[in-house]
Amino acid sequence: MARRNKVAPAAYPPPVDPQKEFIKRELDPEDERIDVGVAIVGGGTAGLATANRLLQLLQDDPETMERLGEVPVAVIEKAKACGGHNLSGAVVRPGPLQELYPDLTREDWRKEGFAFGEVKKDAVYLTPTSKTAIRIPTPPGFRNHGNEIISVSALARYQAQRAEENGAYILTETAATQLLVEDGRVKGVRSGDKGRGKEGEELSNFEPGADITAKFTVLAEGCWGHLTGAAIREFGLQGPEPQVWELGVKEVWKVPKPLDRVIHTMGPWPLKIRSKYGHVGGTWIYPMKDENTGEDLVSIGFVVELDYADATTSAHDLLQTFKTHPLVRKILEGGERIAWGAKALPGGGYWSMPKLTMPGALLVGDAAGMVDTIALKGVHHCIKSGILAAEAIYQALKTGSDSLEHYEEAVEKSSIGKELYEVRNARQPLQKGLIKGGPLSGIAQVTKGKLPPGRLSWHRNDHVPMFIGDTKDVYVQPDGKYTFDKLSSVFISGNATRDDAPNHIRVQKNVPREVAETWVWMCPAGVYEIPEDAPEEGNVDVIVNYTNCVQCGAITAKGGRLTTPEGGDGPLYQIT
Amino acid sequence: MSNILVYALHHEGAFNKNSLGAVSEAARVAGEIGGEAHAVVVGEGISDDLAASLGNYGAKKVFKVEAPEGLAAPAIDAVSKIFQDGGYQYAIFGGGLLGFEIGAGLAARVNAGITLEVTGVGVENGKVVAERPILGDSAISTSRYKDKGVIVARLNAFEAKEGGSPAPVETVSVELSPQAGQVTMVSRGEQRGADIDIESADIIVAGGRGLGKAEGFKLCEDLAAAFGSNAAVAATRAVVDAGWYPYAAQIGQTGKTVAPKLYLAAGISGAIQHKVGMQNSENIVAINKDANAPIFEFADLGIVGDLNKILPKLTEAVKARKGG
Amino acid sequence: MKIAVLVKEVPDAAVQKRIDPATGRLDRSGEKNLNPYDTHALEAAIQIREGGAVPVEEIVAITAGPESAVRTLHKAVSLGADRSIHLTDEALAGSDVVATGYALAKVLERENPDLVLLGQQSDDGQCYSIGAVVAEFLGRPSVTQVIKLDVSGDELTCERQAEYGYDTVKVKLPAVISVGDAINEPRYPSLKAIMSAKKKPLETLSAADAGIDTGRVGADGSNVQCGDFKEPPQKEPGTIIEDEDTDATVEKIIAWLEERKLLA
Repeated sequence: MARRNKVAPAAYPPPVDPQKEFIKRELDPEDERIDVGVAIVGGGTAGLATANRLLQLLQDDPETMERLGEVPVAVIEKAKACGGHNLSGAVVRPGPLQELYPDLTREDWRKEGFAFGEVKKDAVYLTPTSKTAIRIPTPPGFRNHGNEIISVSALARYQAQRAEENGAYILTETAATQLLVEDGRVKGVRSGDKGRGKEGEELSNFEPGADITAKFTVLAEGCWGHLTGAAIREFGLQGPEPQVWELGVKEVWKVPKPLDRVIHTMGPWPLKIRSKYGHVGGTWIYPMKDENTGEDLVSIGFVVELDYADATTSAHDLLQTFKTHPLVRKILEGGERIAWGAKALPGGGYWSMPKLTMPGALLVGDAAGMVDTIALKGVHHCIKSGILAAEAIYQALKTGSDSLEHYEEAVEKSSIGKELYEVRNARQPLQKGLIKGGPLSGIAQVTKGKLPPGRLSWHRNDHVPMFIGDTKDVYVQPDGKYTFDKLSSVFISGNATRDDAPNHIRVQKNVPREVAETWVWMCPAGVYEIPEDAPEEGNVDVIVNYTNCVQCGAITAKGGRLTTPEGGDGPLYQIT
Repeated sequence: MSNILVYALHHEGAFNKNSLGAVSEAARVAGEIGGEAHAVVVGEGISDDLAASLGNYGAKKVFKVEAPEGLAAPAIDAVSKIFQDGGYQYAIFGGGLLGFEIGAGLAARVNAGITLEVTGVGVENGKVVAERPILGDSAISTSRYKDKGVIVARLNAFEAKEGGSPAPVETVSVELSPQAGQVTMVSRGEQRGADIDIESADIIVAGGRGLGKAEGFKLCEDLAAAFGSNAAVAATRAVVDAGWYPYAAQIGQTGKTVAPKLYLAAGISGAIQHKVGMQNSENIVAINKDANAPIFEFADLGIVGDLNKILPKLTEAVKARKGG
Repeated sequence: MKIAVLVKEVPDAAVQKRIDPATGRLDRSGEKNLNPYDTHALEAAIQIREGGAVPVEEIVAITAGPESAVRTLHKAVSLGADRSIHLTDEALAGSDVVATGYALAKVLERENPDLVLLGQQSDDGQCYSIGAVVAEFLGRPSVTQVIKLDVSGDELTCERQAEYGYDTVKVKLPAVISVGDAINEPRYPSLKAIMSAKKKPLETLSAADAGIDTGRVGADGSNVQCGDFKEPPQKEPGTIIEDEDTDATVEKIIAWLEERKLLA
């Protein structure tokens, strides 16, 4: 039975001051700094594409390369290995990847272990009930013929290898905690301290971070850019509309018989169709053929917009429940789960994108919100933005210019700008619900963005008033063999966060139950808990088991804040 | 040669029980390949009677070597000489620090294959093979030897079986290698006060969230005290995080890994992060009021009930049984 | 004093490991790390240098492994080793403990360090043995499970943690010491150290360079073969008691414990 109370998480902002905490205005003395040519924050798809392309250009221009000093390109990555914190579906348009590595064929991609086959067939289903599935004609955005199924985690490992071979320094287990800003210009980033205790005190093996100064800085932090957020505020880069977010929970399964098609489902089951729940989401099921082991794998995930209003909405449980649908059982039964992970993604599209350049730095990839949520594609935009960023930086280095402004124009004119512009108004209507918003969204897609005119607005995810509803009633009880609970899932993500590391999650610790329950259900890793003896109504305490955190970022959309963890912590994804 | 050499660790007039287990196991396996188990003891002033007593555990002959105790180097010299002079093909060691050290040195000296953490020994086509768990105990791997094999057991893997009679003792003199002369024992087997090391406790009483509050640990401490001096109290990560118990007592993925004779889990759900730290315990007893707690899936004895009622009564009953 | 630290590349502890269905062998792909126990050995070496009780002329990190093991050496150097040596050769693949120890000993012979330090166990299975094997081939004493190490002149005083209690042992150099994780808290490398690690000298040796007889290493040269991975014996399902009458329940528990001799 739904309760009366409705509370918006935005009313309980987390105790964090991004500009104060994430921006450092006085640099350390010169001999204590580490000077590099170009600093790239984030060793994911976009950051490494930037490194790859830049080093390709510098290979042919030793003079400019030399001017960058001993460390021409440094990639700063907080996971234990590049790809460790990367997760996506993913069905990828091949163009930008072919452009980045003209020496590789698609067969080569598969041999290198990051690609798993070309899409031959696709199918889209509606799931009106837990037992039925209706195939519908594939909407234009979901046509995937010729695209490649890729693991962004595995791709990042390959990209990092190439970057290193070409002279990049890949600094893994290193978090970038602050943006260095001096005289209104980004001068680099500061790396995080290591060896602090729970209360932030210095432990016996404490090692302070260092100021890494660079001619140009690339912010490729992906979803939840800590420094990106601070930079946007500092330099006034906000886009016309606020950013909104979606959360995806994914599993990879080894299966007895190969899947022959790419599948997307659009609900409604197990989501609720009535607009008061605010449910917008769907699933993917992609076949993967591992060329190296010969194994047949399947990538399956559930994505839900974080705009929902029912506090008991849990993407992890929705995925587990969805797996019990006969459509899925046919595919997974007899198989073995080999991976699990979760990650948030920016869903605002064109109007939510920030301005991409600031003095001394630029934004690439998901940090800049370059995801097309109609076609569910962002990876190829990440790669393309990395290529364009590298070219802009190279030009600036070569001509001795200080400015990267032409990057913005290059992105607008490229496939990124074109594709995102076309769907710029297609998702906003769904904030009113699938039924109310569906038609307008459909019109936007069918007219390829000519209609509706102007700019449709987004409201922020954390402004949605939450209520404790009954979405949870549909969830299955995990059996530990086919469906799984959160803790055992966190376990296989390779999560090894130091027990006495400082808490990197900021939330208010005493909030209305509606807000607390939102966090408890939402978090795929079971970080938040409400004490058993907490009152049923009114405010409750929130326990934060931050060592479970897989750094998906969802909390930042719904009233909390994920801040920079100690480098090396978090999951170690390999095939997500 | 179908006789098997087995090392028996001596300390202060007795043989370590892991060694006795190894002797019994060696006797069993030797029997299967048509041979005998011969024991080797190395130490200072070991009486013939004491050495002969290994016959009660299955040894048919005992070699006695006078040399410094508690150190690997002299024992490696001793066992290697006997192994080579006697033309043995297999040697078995009980688990434990010295078993590992001496076994490894022996394997290198006589050019044998070595398997450690062995939980089972068998015979295949007249040859001895050893089994050991791998991958966090999720699979068993079998070791096959090209020629000579040294088998070192996991701690407490083999049980000592009595039966047989005192064996003939042969004193062997061994010239010690130069490296044996480089090491001297200053003090051996020091027990470190009241703080029992969780990893070597025979019995562990562990508490989790189900205790309700930090004070709940008193129930665990009382029960551990009732079990005696070789029992320790441990905790899950959740309660250590909450400050109810110190980190040194934490068991689990990021805490300590233990395998005591008895692991009694009170108010612990049994999530995998905890399970991996204690799943090899010989006997697992769980008390939890939630019948669906995952711990009941792998506990040997599960009690669904209120630990606040059960623990105090159990403590009294244990005290009574031990005191009486 | 010259210190050599043996380091090993191992699969990351937190990542699930599987048996490769095609080969029946351990799937060794995936994330690799410097064996955590070896970081304690490196820290111990650095602490000896910083302690000043004896002058340490150099700390060299040595590993035997495939190409990827180079990362392990970079890590070791960023943690404080002065240079590193990479023994890598196809012939070594599939070596068992004794073969690996023999190979490492040959490299150590060339270097002739006063003290060899290493972690007592590794995350991928071999426990407490490589130190003893290496020591045997070098003709030196080995002490394992060392959790405290003091140096004075050419003598070490070691405290080691055995299952029966703590021993204090004195060892005259040269020696091979395997350390436990309780010995120290390894430091984090500074960014500067990490970035300059690649510039420190790294020597690559083949089996021939090290004078290793290839007949004694590799799968064929090893004395033991592990294989045949099978399921462990299924545990008997446990007994469940619902507590209704606590006195009766406690009696049942006591009887159960006595049956298993746990109240002796």
